[in-house]
Amino acid sequence: MSILQRTACELLRSLEAGEISSVELTTACLERISATDDRVGAFLRVDEKRALAQAAAVDARRAKKQPVGRLAGLPVAVKDVLCDRGQLTTCASRMLADFRPPYDSTVVAKLKAADAVLLGRTNMDEFAMGGSTENSAFQVTRNPWDLERTPGGSSGGSAASVAAGMVPLSIGTDTGGSIRQPAGLCGIVGMKPTYGRVSRYGLVAFASSLDQIGPMAHTVEDAALLLEAIAGHDPNDSTSLDEPVPAYTATVNQPLTGLRIGIAKEHFAEGLDAEVEQAVRAAVKVYESLGAKVQEVSLPHGKHGVATYYVIAPSEASSNLARYDGAHYGYRTNEQEMLAELAGERKKLQAAGDQRGVNELDTALVRMYRRTRAEGFGPEVKRRIMLGTYSLSAGYYDAYYLKALKVRRLIRQDFDRAFEQVDLIAGPITASPAFKLGEMTDDPLAMYLVDLYTVSANLAGIPGLCLPCGQSECGLPIGLQLQAPILQEESLLRGARMFEQATDWHKQRAPL
Amino acid sequence: MAITRQDVEKVALLARLQLSDAELATMSDQLAQIVGYVDHLAQVDTEGVEPMAHAIEQLNVFRADAVDMSLPREEALACAPHHDARGYLVPAVLGE
Repeated sequence: MSILQRTACELLRSLEAGEISSVELTTACLERISATDDRVGAFLRVDEKRALAQAAAVDARRAKKQPVGRLAGLPVAVKDVLCDRGQLTTCASRMLADFRPPYDSTVVAKLKAADAVLLGRTNMDEFAMGGSTENSAFQVTRNPWDLERTPGGSSGGSAASVAAGMVPLSIGTDTGGSIRQPAGLCGIVGMKPTYGRVSRYGLVAFASSLDQIGPMAHTVEDAALLLEAIAGHDPNDSTSLDEPVPAYTATVNQPLTGLRIGIAKEHFAEGLDAEVEQAVRAAVKVYESLGAKVQEVSLPHGKHGVATYYVIAPSEASSNLARYDGAHYGYRTNEQEMLAELAGERKKLQAAGDQRGVNELDTALVRMYRRTRAEGFGPEVKRRIMLGTYSLSAGYYDAYYLKALKVRRLIRQDFDRAFEQVDLIAGPITASPAFKLGEMTDDPLAMYLVDLYTVSANLAGIPGLCLPCGQSECGLPIGLQLQAPILQEESLLRGARMFEQATDWHKQRAPL
Repeated sequence: MAITRQDVEKVALLARLQLSDAELATMSDQLAQIVGYVDHLAQVDTEGVEPMAHAIEQLNVFRADAVDMSLPREEALACAPHHDARGYLVPAVLGE
């Protein structure tokens, strides 16, 4: 068995015991990447030299019995949306194709401090907007279980890299399901922590009130290990929570006694694939067999989640992405061509005697912004900027943005009420297993509706986790979503681990 | 709600995006479809509900009022597409 079949926790124990070296492990990852990633397309860039240098440095310190970090020698792949000082950080966008940030994001700094080996950067939907990774400006990522299908998104590269056995751990980000959905479609574990649990400093912002960074791995225990390394308060992020970080790895293997699992009847309504429903209901039965008490709860406003999300997230995005102006950093249009274009338009309007047209013509600065953004952003990013600008514009603000903020509170209140009766809510992560590449690219609304089961956790700020709980008849993974109250990551992980210890779904590997 | 091509042109200007004729046509259709879906929020009774702008509502997070290091000018400027030693360069705004 290849060492890459082993979990991160097992690998860490072997590294600590001196049975394997980080250089061996890193080399195995690099070999697996070169053997498989031309088919999968998970990585945008692999930094072989740096990874091997980090690995060798950790091995040397271990050999000398010097102190090493929490993840010492474990390779980790990072979604290309977190700043890594001096290294390309592109967000899979032409806009940032050459961007080298002048500082580290807190999560990357924590990974470095933990002595993780930073193997490379993973593909994603441009600026994390999408659910299939097809919105990347650079490449397609394929699902390791079926190369004709999507790995999900937006953290599709991070999910596929773990699912394909290229790396034991990866970092994703989740604004409306972008960790949990690809984890589900790729048959791995993905967790969105409580909003504020992990610092967003240096995370390229999409929707600031929803974005959260989290771990992706083969097992819940591995996710606990990675979360422990990246969580915590950060003075550089005023929205990060000033609460101690529990030792998740110390408790993750302790089953919860008297566990109460809630099932939301709204999660099993029309549109749910029969195989998915069957797998999720079977998972709930597993919990019952482990002594959990299962009861029905109601999340009546969940059906408005997608509409609420697609007002709030684009609104925040339109504001956040205003910074890409061609002046401060990132792409800029060709100035000579832009000025020539403007002069040509002016001449045409003057010749036609259209004085109003001349007066309304863009100034050179405005045209520089507009052309830069037209050339730098892809279609989905433009669509969301347009949608957000529309929702926030005069005359529509009350009907859309303000209304959505009110419905957001109702969605949160549904969860607060449900969590008075249960500890965790279990349900599907998506209505069906991975769809085919290209299947939804022409229908943005259909693509948005895939987020039905995931967006509510972001709107409410609660933690959610997806773990494998079955397979469809054609061999595609099916995910189980568990959700917990604010800051209850510890019980979320312990509850998820109970299922994992009772089943073998997490041991299934993509046939690649 | 109907979204006209003029609406889309206006929003594109506000958003500082230049859209081609083809993009304007597609965007008008797609925005109309998405906004049409989002319109069902109007049916939700939100009488007396406070808007919720953030998932975890924190107030007044302050840091000590102390002088700290900031990004050196040359490092910040190094990322800019067009700059001199002192600042960012953009097309002339005045005196056309």
